[in-house]
Amino acid sequence: MNWLIGAVLFLILAPVAGGLIAGIDRKITARMQGRVGPPLLQPFYDVGKLFEKENVVVTTAQNFYVLVYLIFIALSGALFFAGGDLLLIVFAFTLAHVFLVLGAYAVHSPYSHIGAERELIQLMAYEPMVILAAVGLYMVTNSFYVADIAATTVPAILYLPGVFLGFATILTIKLRKSPFDISTSHHAHQEIVKGITTEFSGSTLAQVEIAHWYENVFLLGFVYLFFSWNPVIGVVAVAITYAAEIFIDNVTARVRWQAALKSGWLAAGILGLGNLAILSYMMLGGA
Amino acid sequence: MQTLLFLILFPILVACLLLFVKRTTLRYAVVALSALVIGGASIYLLMQYALEGAVYFAAPSEAASLAMVAIEMGLALFIVYMGAKFKNYLAIVLAVVQAALVVYLETTFSGNLHAVNNLFIDQFSIIMALIIGIIGSLIAVYAVRYMETYHRHHPEVRDRQTMFFFVTFAFLAAMFGLVFSNNLMWVFFFWEITTITSFLLIGYSETEEATKNAFLALVMNLLGGVAFVVALIFLAATEPVSGGIDLARVLASGDAAIILIPAALIGFAGITKAALMPFSSWLLGAMVAPTPVSALLHSSTMVKAGVYILVRFSPVFAGTFTGFSIGLVGGVTFVVASAIAISQSNAKLVLAYSTIANLGLIAACAGVGNYMLVWAAILLIVFHAVAKSLLFLGTGAIEHRVGSRDIEDMEGLIVRMPKMAVMMFIGIAGMFLAPFGMLISKWAAIEAFVQVPFGLVFIAILAYGSAVTVFFWAKWMGKLVAVTRETERVEKGFFEEPWAPLYIITGLVIATVLLFPVISSTLIEPYVLAIYGVTARLAQANVGIMLLMIALLLILPVSFLLFRRSAKHLPAYMGGRPATPDLHFAGSLGLTREVQTRNYYLTEYFGEAKLFLPGAVVCTILILASWVLAGVAL
Repeated sequence: MNWLIGAVLFLILAPVAGGLIAGIDRKITARMQGRVGPPLLQPFYDVGKLFEKENVVVTTAQNFYVLVYLIFIALSGALFFAGGDLLLIVFAFTLAHVFLVLGAYAVHSPYSHIGAERELIQLMAYEPMVILAAVGLYMVTNSFYVADIAATTVPAILYLPGVFLGFATILTIKLRKSPFDISTSHHAHQEIVKGITTEFSGSTLAQVEIAHWYENVFLLGFVYLFFSWNPVIGVVAVAITYAAEIFIDNVTARVRWQAALKSGWLAAGILGLGNLAILSYMMLGGA
Repeated sequence: MQTLLFLILFPILVACLLLFVKRTTLRYAVVALSALVIGGASIYLLMQYALEGAVYFAAPSEAASLAMVAIEMGLALFIVYMGAKFKNYLAIVLAVVQAALVVYLETTFSGNLHAVNNLFIDQFSIIMALIIGIIGSLIAVYAVRYMETYHRHHPEVRDRQTMFFFVTFAFLAAMFGLVFSNNLMWVFFFWEITTITSFLLIGYSETEEATKNAFLALVMNLLGGVAFVVALIFLAATEPVSGGIDLARVLASGDAAIILIPAALIGFAGITKAALMPFSSWLLGAMVAPTPVSALLHSSTMVKAGVYILVRFSPVFAGTFTGFSIGLVGGVTFVVASAIAISQSNAKLVLAYSTIANLGLIAACAGVGNYMLVWAAILLIVFHAVAKSLLFLGTGAIEHRVGSRDIEDMEGLIVRMPKMAVMMFIGIAGMFLAPFGMLISKWAAIEAFVQVPFGLVFIAILAYGSAVTVFFWAKWMGKLVAVTRETERVEKGFFEEPWAPLYIITGLVIATVLLFPVISSTLIEPYVLAIYGVTARLAQANVGIMLLMIALLLILPVSFLLFRRSAKHLPAYMGGRPATPDLHFAGSLGLTREVQTRNYYLTEYFGEAKLFLPGAVVCTILILASWVLAGVAL
């Protein structure tokens, strides 16, 4: 029954954790920029307020796509915390994101259209590295199941430093952080209108935000897998990784999509594949 | 055995009958009825043999073999005639070389050209028969009405519909023959028939371009045919060890090194037929043919013959460097063709590149050939056949209504042709999204390649390839679902009875997704088990999760009811200018301007001009390497 507990806990607690992380993120970001920053719970206030807004749409269908997006993000994350198959989880996340993109296409608006294209480019940029990360964890732990990977006693990070760095690179894309926040950004100063979410408002926008919280918690869970042989180190590593992402977010400006695509693919090709090639060479030699 | 013979002979009978049917209504009746019979017979075949494993039949040999050689010679003469008529001398040379080799084979090794059993049936053949019998004949049904409309739209094309349907059914018969033959001479005979039939269908419109592309297909496939005969000669010459032309004996042969050479040659024939790089251009050129032809070539016949033979021989390839390089040909084709698909806006070309990519993936699985990969390859064949036929037929129907096959012109299809858009949506989802079919195979393939020495190359190929795949399919889907305002609905009168094939195939796509665990456990797993002694399957828990995802996807559209009417509608944001829902905004100087949206095609990075040549060069080198490695292994 462990898996069920994991899934249910994720479904209930992840929005809370995700919102808190967003709150901390905003606080730290503000300090880095020499501002005081909003209260810790500001993200919750924001989302709460969104739910009270008037229901305005360009087309009714957009609500559908965003709802499916939210549900599948939550489902994929729940699968992760239930200890499911990492590859299936990765593919389920892709499915969810495709629905967000379709929502942006459905509204047939110039700004969301560009956002949708860019979101797809992001997807294309990070997907190879995510798959390689899953494969790397398999090579170290001999299982694609999150439950087994999390229970391993092998320090995966020592075998997969390149994969981890590659994953950290595309993590920037997935967390929607600079310099790779090309489809939509948290920061007003580098946004063409609001990218993929331009036409989403009120409760629909709130759903996008909650989905983002769910996803962030999943992503940090993925980072944890690299360090899961020691929970304490794991949690510390996750915190440091996230802090590093915030730092990068604040010291870089948005790049063009070409650079985002190249970075994602080079990270996978050099850091990811290079690491895995050495690893499989070692394993061949060992066997 | 009667069912097998019936499935081979009945389509020929229908083909001959159709030569004399001139009226469309009557033709429709004949084709629909025979489709029903052929489909029914393939299902009967399934019920008859699904649980039996491989069954072999002696089948009359002497007369049939003689007739086949005679027909082969006749076809060679036909090619020579056509080649002379259109001044394509390469085709003549290849046809003559091939005929000469066949004569050499028949005369020199006549004692060794005997197979105990000429026909056989096993689960893999049943799967192929179902694809040919159901999808193939549905396409034929669709083609009747399509061709009627086609000729109305293209008055300049000579009406040769009797020939068209004769060839179509002959094609189906040849495909059945190909997957049922245990005698490799017979396989080769049917193989050549498919080459000729596709040549005739591609050249149907008789324009200069069509003729040119038909010859391109012919020449490339004849090249494969020559390799096939050479393989047969080699097998016949080494009959005592290799097993001669008896497929079952060859596959069971103890001397792996001896049969690797013919396997590499037949694999090459498979590569040409499956349109892998560098031979992909014939399949792209085949796009000039009427859409049902493309649907037929891409989903249930022709290219499937290529991957069929590769998968058949994959136990021979397994664990050899030859197999590895054939697999790499497939892998490189997969990633390069997927990337090029990004740069295409012509729907049929996108579909063609995606077919080439998927055939590449199947070949990659077959070449490396461990049990899990063979499982994945067969599953890919099934899912690809249903989803791709739906997409082609859908594109054809849209083209007749919208007047274009450009993806940009499909914008707002959900408003203009809602039912068609939903069917296309399902078809596209079947091509790349979890939990639909193709993705299961990619997933299984990744898990399998991890365990293969040097499998990392394929993992990388799959990782990049699937990322690229998501991009080009999703942006097409996006165009379909864009809710455009004030556009006319053009679907009316569209879904009359002749379009039933589309509904049925859509149903089949969903059915295969829901039933794939059953398909896997009753057909694919026993086949893999019989050959490898072990089999692959998805874990129960994962199957459950996927069914849950499917269920969610089927239920969630109900949520539309929740959103109805309550919301206030506003036009899209246009930089704050007053705007109307049909994407017009108030520009400066009182002018109203229109906004248009276009997808990204990134031609600069993923264009054909940039990627095709390197891909073709690498694949050519890999093909040569596969021969050299087979030679070295000897």
